[in-house]
Amino acid sequence: MAETRLMTINMGPQHPATHGVLRLVLELDGEVIVKATPHIGHLHRGVEKLAEAKTYHQVIPLTDRLDYTNAMGNNLAYVLAVEKLLGIEVPKRAQYLRVMMTELQRIAAHLIWLGTHALDIGAMTLLFYNFREREEILKIFEEVSGGRLTPTYLRIGGVSKDLPDGIEGKIKNFVEAFPGHMKEYETLLTKNVIWLKRTKEVGIISKEDAINWGVTGPTLRGSGVKWDVRKAFPYSGYEDFEFDIPTGSVGDVYDRYYVRLREMEWSNLIVKQALDRLPEGPVLADDPKVVLPPKEMVLTDIASLIRHFKIASEGFKPPQGEVYASVEASKGELGFYIVSDGSNRPLRMRIRPPSFLNLSALPKMIEGSLIADVVSAIGSIDIVLGEIDR
Amino acid sequence: MVEIHPAVKKLREKDPSSILEVTSFRGEVNVTVPKKDIFEVCRFLYTDPDLQYHMLTDLCGVDYFPQSPRFEVVYLLYSFKTNDRLRLKTRVELGESAVSVESIWKAANWLEREVYDLFGIPFENHPDLRRILLWDGYEGHPLRKDYPVEGPDFDKPFVPEV
Repeated sequence: MAETRLMTINMGPQHPATHGVLRLVLELDGEVIVKATPHIGHLHRGVEKLAEAKTYHQVIPLTDRLDYTNAMGNNLAYVLAVEKLLGIEVPKRAQYLRVMMTELQRIAAHLIWLGTHALDIGAMTLLFYNFREREEILKIFEEVSGGRLTPTYLRIGGVSKDLPDGIEGKIKNFVEAFPGHMKEYETLLTKNVIWLKRTKEVGIISKEDAINWGVTGPTLRGSGVKWDVRKAFPYSGYEDFEFDIPTGSVGDVYDRYYVRLREMEWSNLIVKQALDRLPEGPVLADDPKVVLPPKEMVLTDIASLIRHFKIASEGFKPPQGEVYASVEASKGELGFYIVSDGSNRPLRMRIRPPSFLNLSALPKMIEGSLIADVVSAIGSIDIVLGEIDR
Repeated sequence: MVEIHPAVKKLREKDPSSILEVTSFRGEVNVTVPKKDIFEVCRFLYTDPDLQYHMLTDLCGVDYFPQSPRFEVVYLLYSFKTNDRLRLKTRVELGESAVSVESIWKAANWLEREVYDLFGIPFENHPDLRRILLWDGYEGHPLRKDYPVEGPDFDKPFVPEV
């Protein structure tokens, strides 16, 4: 009998199926994974440290660059934390605009996930369909905020500007066309035998394990836990909207796929509800110490000019204290924990990244399975390294 | 509001000395626990049938330089049963170590590694305490307040040893 020993192989950091610069060290017994060790940090930019040197307004653009597929959601988590710290109320119209934009962003983020995940497993067609629809959302973002990937649309106290003329029609067209596109995706995958063979009973994580590992978002719901931050701790007016939380049962790759597809449909309906019920009114809170004055006032009125200068250069000073606010981002619970010492800069800004904790459970999902399943498991937890490494 | 919080009440009944301070801000409850008791308190909150804080949402460090004790390790717990968040804190002096809760929540594994990496607080009983975001051999802990934002070597070329 010949001697057998484990083989160690290195997957990444440059590998098309690791969704960024993730490195996995896999110890293999034949084709079976005995041990998997993720190595992260290749994209570490020190966002938490940078935030300590910036005023509260200046941090917003940094948050866009965490999970760059879900910029609106990141903005929202941060501004909610600062608003909680300040104790200011946001006008209803701004809340609805935030919901509308973050839900469109969720669809866009899930579309990237679906395209790349299917591409990893070998279904290339879908990627082109997904990017076609995502382009429509990015065009809407560009008109609304001026930016596509990093819109920085939200402001502390509201949103940067009201909707431009004619955009409602474009959002409406998207919302109406999207269910048809969903059917196209589903015909390609949901009952496709190859897809089922690659995803069913693969990368399983049980309910108890998922909770213990701190997994959130669609990955947690795929394991059958009916939990969503939008329902558990409603923010930004989510209590006004009707939607359901889709869940899986087994906790395999297919369940996570199915949950995300249903989530896109619900997101689409939330956008529709927000559009139908969009209230009239201001889009920024009336708090002159925090909110920048309108640009036309800055150019015509000396008091507004001084106010603008003061807020832009010095910022504002929130009370001493600490708050945590979180949102249901496309990957899971994204939270910001801000400690203020009463100065114009945060003493500490901690980002609770969903992908970081979801990825930490990856070895649990793949140990004991085949090497080909690693690719579908990574795709199914939908990681973005910009958020993991921060 | 603070005193009637069920977890605080239960902890007081169990061992009054395990709570140093309870504060509340914007409806969030913060409980400061002595370092030696943190593991027991966490295990109690996890196992108690009425509380069941089964999820460790977040674990992070805060540097209060130049105060003493300098650091705080902050635990954010969540209970599915009561839909409640509870924040625990424990103070750690420079050079001291904290106690790992990895055996209660697996989520603490990477989170504690991150605190170790960026603040330099070691965790006792951690199964795999290595740097996580920065590379092995990196000098310093960037999230400490006495660490410059640009890094100590920002105008020097970086040539790794081969």
